[in-house]
Parts: sequence; C-alpha cells; structure tokens
Amino acid sequence: MKAALAALLCGALFGIGLALARMTDPLVVIGFLDVFGDFDPTLAFVLIGATMTTAVAFHFVLRRARPIVAAQFELPATRTIDLPLILGAAIFGVGWGLAGYCPGPALVGAGAGVSTALLFLPAMIAGGLAHRFVAARYNGKSRPTRISVFRS
Amino acid sequence: MSSWFVALLGGVLIGLSATALLLFTGRIAGVSGIVNGLTRRSSGADWAWRAAFVAGLAGAGGATMHLLHQATASPARLPVLLLAGVLVGFGTSLGSGCTSGHGVCGLGRFSRRSLVAVLTFMASAIVTVLLTHHLFGT
Repeated sequence: MKAALAALLCGALFGIGLALARMTDPLVVIGFLDVFGDFDPTLAFVLIGATMTTAVAFHFVLRRARPIVAAQFELPATRTIDLPLILGAAIFGVGWGLAGYCPGPALVGAGAGVSTALLFLPAMIAGGLAHRFVAARYNGKSRPTRISVFRS
Repeated sequence: MSSWFVALLGGVLIGLSATALLLFTGRIAGVSGIVNGLTRRSSGADWAWRAAFVAGLAGAGGATMHLLHQATASPARLPVLLLAGVLVGFGTSLGSGCTSGHGVCGLGRFSRRSLVAVLTFMASAIVTVLLTHHLFGT
C-alpha cells in the first residue's frame, strides 16, 4: 500500500507538470511538431527540464541498494536496438502527430473531461491490447523482459 | 512568467516525479507501460500502484488544466482521432515506451535504445504533421 500511495503522489506531480507545461494542449503539441510550418519550440524546454532532472537524479537514486518501499529496482533488461523498437516508435509518432496526444497528456485530458481525450483513451488501450494479441499469436515471446537489480 | 520558463518548470516537475517513483517504488515512470500493465493479469499489488499512478495523473493533471482554464481539444476529426489512439497504443506497446518512458526516463538513464526510440518517434511525428498540415491540408 505504501507503494500505491507513493505512485499516487508521483502521478499527481507528473500530471501537474504536464498541464503546467501545456503538453496537454494538442494544438501546442502539433505546433511543436510543425517544424516546417508554424514551429513553436516551447515544448523543447519540457524535455530539457525533465531529462536534465532525471539524468542527474537517477544517477544518485540508482546508487542505492534498493528503493524505499520495494524490494528491488525494476529496469528494462533489453539492450539491443531491434526492429520492434524502431517500428513501434515510428507507429507511435504517426499517432502522436495525427492527434497531438501521447499517453500521459491523453490521461490528463480525460481527467479534465476534454471530449477528444475521452475518445482517444479507449482507442489507445485497444491499440495496446491489439499489439499484445498479435504478438502472442505470432511469436509468443514479445512480453517485455525485465531484469531485477538486486543489492550489489 | 515567460512560456519557456513555465515549460522548463513543468519539465522539472515531471523529472522530479519520475525520480520519486524510481526512488520509492523502483519503477520507471513510463505512462504507456503503466497503463498497459493495467490490462494484464497480475498481482493485486502490481495493479494497485499502476492504478494509483494513473488516478493521480488524471486527477491532479485534470484539476490543474481546469485551474489554468485549459480545455483545448484535439483538432483531429473523429475517425482520425480514433485511428491515432490505436496507433499510439499499438506503437508504444510494440516499441516498449512513449514520450515519458523513453524520453524522460530512458534518456535520463542514457539508454541507447531510448535515444533511438525518441529520435524515431520525433521524426515520424514531424513528418506526419508535415504531410497532414502542409501537403494534404486539414
């Protein structure tokens, strides 16, 4: 339950950050992606602020033996740059550019009751389920593997 | 405050949230992965932290949008909007992450996979906007 409480507060902080940064406004997002037109570079500062924070802070967090309310850190194990990674990212980018929503802002928009976010969200969940269905049928091993980083 | 400063501040809050989630729960704050895990059969504890993160995100984020009088809808027409949703869900599941998992967290861990993913989805999104807004019109 402590982990759920921590996740609730982290989710809240994440959502406040997204709304403050206006990542939740699809027109701002499309303006940011419109490099060859009406380019609005403001959202680049969101990525700069977020990655500069994680690049410094993750370093110190991952020096710990374990997280505060869980047994171990759960980090992605895959290292190889493969076709699913590139194809998946390319498909995601098309959807992002068409609607101006990526998963976080779509959830925040739905929370605010914005109609287009409320419609986008179930379609997004269906897309994730569709991929898992296809993957399970065709290779049966596409579930993400995770590595457990035990105390070192 | 200038808009770029507010954007930078929002980004720092997002980075602090991802840091706190890793510090407390040992998890990566990737929204697509967290949501996908909710539709997977798993233990109650695993489901609980994911549901709690999503509730906090949608609740506090939605409330902030109201406070800031933000209510902008997507300009995409309904069929395009639904297609976009399916593509985002499918692509982030296939590619193991979205803007938060690969962008905020992956780049913070200096992951080469995430760097490739970010460059790929940025490029494909930019090309998509170029095609839909300039070559074919909206």
